[in-house]
Amino acid sequence: MDMNQYLEIFIEETKEHLQSLNQCLLQMEKDPEDTLMLNEIFRVAHTLKGMSGTMGFTRMARLTHDMEDVLQSLRNNEIKTSPNLIDLLFKCLDALDEYNSSIVDTGSEGTEDNLGIIEELRQFIEHRDSDLASKSQTDTPSVTPPLASDGDDAGTLVEGSADIALNQYDIDVIEKASNMGNNAYQVTIKLDKGCVLKSARAFIVFKTLERHSEIIKSEPLVQDIEDEKFDFEFTLIILSKEDEELILKDLMSISEIEDVIIKLIKASNPDGNLVVEKESESQVSEHDSKAEHADDEAIHQKADSVAKKTKTGKTVRVDIDRLDVLLNLVSELIIQKTRLEGLEGIERTPDYVETLEYLERITTNLHDAVMKVRMVPVETVFNRFPRMIRDISKDLGKEVDLRMSGEETELDRTVIDEIGDPLIHLLRNSCDHGIESKEQRKKLGKPEVGVIELKAYQDGNNVVIEVGDDGQGINTEKVKKLAIERGLLNEDMAANLTKKDIIDYLFKPSFSTADHVTDLSGRGVGLDVVKTKIEALGGSVEVETELGKGSKFFIRLPLTLAIIQALLVMVGEEKYAIQLSTIHKIINITPDDIKLVQKQEVVMYRNSVVPVIRLEQVLEVPKDDNEEQKTMTLVIVKKGERLTGFMVDRILGQQEIVQKSLGKFLSGIKIITSATILGDGNVALILDVNALAM
Amino acid sequence: MADNILSEAKRYLVFKIGEEEYGIDIRKITTIIEKDMEIARVPKLPTFLKGVINLRGEIIPVMSMRLKLGLSEDSYGPDTRIIIISLDEVSAGLIVDSVAEVIEFNDESIESIANIAGELSFDYIAGVGKAEGKIVTLLNLDRLIYLEE
Repeated sequence: MDMNQYLEIFIEETKEHLQSLNQCLLQMEKDPEDTLMLNEIFRVAHTLKGMSGTMGFTRMARLTHDMEDVLQSLRNNEIKTSPNLIDLLFKCLDALDEYNSSIVDTGSEGTEDNLGIIEELRQFIEHRDSDLASKSQTDTPSVTPPLASDGDDAGTLVEGSADIALNQYDIDVIEKASNMGNNAYQVTIKLDKGCVLKSARAFIVFKTLERHSEIIKSEPLVQDIEDEKFDFEFTLIILSKEDEELILKDLMSISEIEDVIIKLIKASNPDGNLVVEKESESQVSEHDSKAEHADDEAIHQKADSVAKKTKTGKTVRVDIDRLDVLLNLVSELIIQKTRLEGLEGIERTPDYVETLEYLERITTNLHDAVMKVRMVPVETVFNRFPRMIRDISKDLGKEVDLRMSGEETELDRTVIDEIGDPLIHLLRNSCDHGIESKEQRKKLGKPEVGVIELKAYQDGNNVVIEVGDDGQGINTEKVKKLAIERGLLNEDMAANLTKKDIIDYLFKPSFSTADHVTDLSGRGVGLDVVKTKIEALGGSVEVETELGKGSKFFIRLPLTLAIIQALLVMVGEEKYAIQLSTIHKIINITPDDIKLVQKQEVVMYRNSVVPVIRLEQVLEVPKDDNEEQKTMTLVIVKKGERLTGFMVDRILGQQEIVQKSLGKFLSGIKIITSATILGDGNVALILDVNALAM
Repeated sequence: MADNILSEAKRYLVFKIGEEEYGIDIRKITTIIEKDMEIARVPKLPTFLKGVINLRGEIIPVMSMRLKLGLSEDSYGPDTRIIIISLDEVSAGLIVDSVAEVIEFNDESIESIANIAGELSFDYIAGVGKAEGKIVTLLNLDRLIYLEE
């Protein structure tokens, strides 16, 4: 069979699985008791094993197989999570990632066997065996801790869990059974929150148990379970000759079972009360039931997120190129629609107008729909950051807590593809320069763990991504000093600069304030690259900083790139478009309003000085006469917080326009972002407000 | 460069600038259009780059062959054509006075420019083709487009 056609799907899916593995591992590192995550990791490893096996990537399959073994032992509580183990699992992840990249590049998994990792994995399993051996030796008939040695947790559980009320008949049966060498167990089974056919799952549980046990009681009643009249949990009393380990193992092998708690019960008390003597459970249950009592909501959220991840059935994978074609066609349609609206010499009957309006609505909706298809949640970029921060902070010997929010905020795919690198730069900056060392933080009375916040949210037609830290903030004096040292600034100029102006120097090429160049940053290739990249996407970067308290970078990005609302203006005899979202206000002024400040033309607008740029000069528009008009139109645009006035000859109006690249050949022109085709088929250039404004 | 050109017979589109005839490799040509639309001037460009046009929804930069070859400014007439060429990654339009014909030159009829010294800069010239008593200057499009960036 030709596997090539599946290769792409394999690569894509592997990437997704690795990503989810990454997230789960991070989660597990934070909270080693989180069994939901353990199950998810197991599931992913298992899937990867199957996939790579099918594709004939034996090395990958072998590694995942051994991973699975370790994870299975973890699930069975035969070994415990430890930082070492998590590190090892991260190593596995990296190795798998390596395999996948190799498959992407060459189509084969390469020859690296990763024997070192496999050996380490094996050692963990051997540990398990020796642990088990030592455990069985120390096992005493009295109240013993559950399988793994975390007895404290188990103790709380016994108190916390509600037992089934047994009547005299049940007790008699249990007593009789125990006389015959049968043990009675109370088995509580929790189904996965994503489980759809609960009763069917329960049926499988019953069937499995019936192989070696007798079910004598069930709560809710069997009838109710069959009718799905239960939440995700049911409790059974069973009689079995087998020990609980085997029962546990059997039950945990059923899929969509989140949790199994088994308690040995004995009717030994003279008053006939049943005593729970021994309890064992999958590790999964401990944390969950505790959390359920403590924080019901959190667990629901977690369950939701796991369920969300597994719910991928209703999506279609589409090549991004096809979406581009679709978008291009929609763009063409919009151009033609605009052209239809502008056609002259047509009698505008009500029918005609109505049809045109309907067409307008359809094209707008169509455009929205296509844009939505192209929207991707920023999560796809964000989700690699926790791991990155973990590694960086480990390298730097700092402790950093990355808090992310708004991962569901959506951006156009083309933007998503580009913002990864700038964000990495900013996050690294925060880690390296922002957050102080542990000792320093202690001295300053700050918590030892630094916080980096990564937030995304929608703000009008923009998406804002914030990268903030609670570190030392930007030392503007230091920046000033350096700018002077580098010859970017002289003393006199420096004295007059505002804090904001000084911070702008950070974004100049080859500027770095780090005293020491580290591996991560401080080579002066950071912030100017960030700025260039973001501006190329039609966005902007701003900084807020307070010395000693931290800094915050704001990245503002347009929601969509391809189709925008724009204002068409005339400059001389040429038409230009200005993106509407950058426009603050349009005002009329007279030549007298224009004042000169340091050879720069300015106007007063709402008590602030706004520089004026004569577009005809900047754009080198040929003009016959230079006769000053009586009134002039000023389009005031905002770049960040600052206003600049563009002087134009005439306003033509607002229009939905399709941005078209000028192509590689003309890519060097800074003041024009792109072009658009107007209804009459002619081309208008779209001004780059960021490059033009002061 | 000239060696490559000489190695095989090729068809050339011949166009006119003033009285001189120039040829370009026909495989690089996408289409030829009349100059009936407006060219949107783009600021900050060298003068020979006249601006951009809309070619069926695509934005294409156009250059004046006259200005590029150091001649006087174009005067658009009914014969004026824009030859749309496409190289590896870029498309561009060349404004020419008129388009004449397609001529096939084989190896023997192309002379390397090393033998002929013309008044034009050698940079864009791939060779000189001779056919039916005509002399056609063959242009190297890659150099024409990418040089002087």
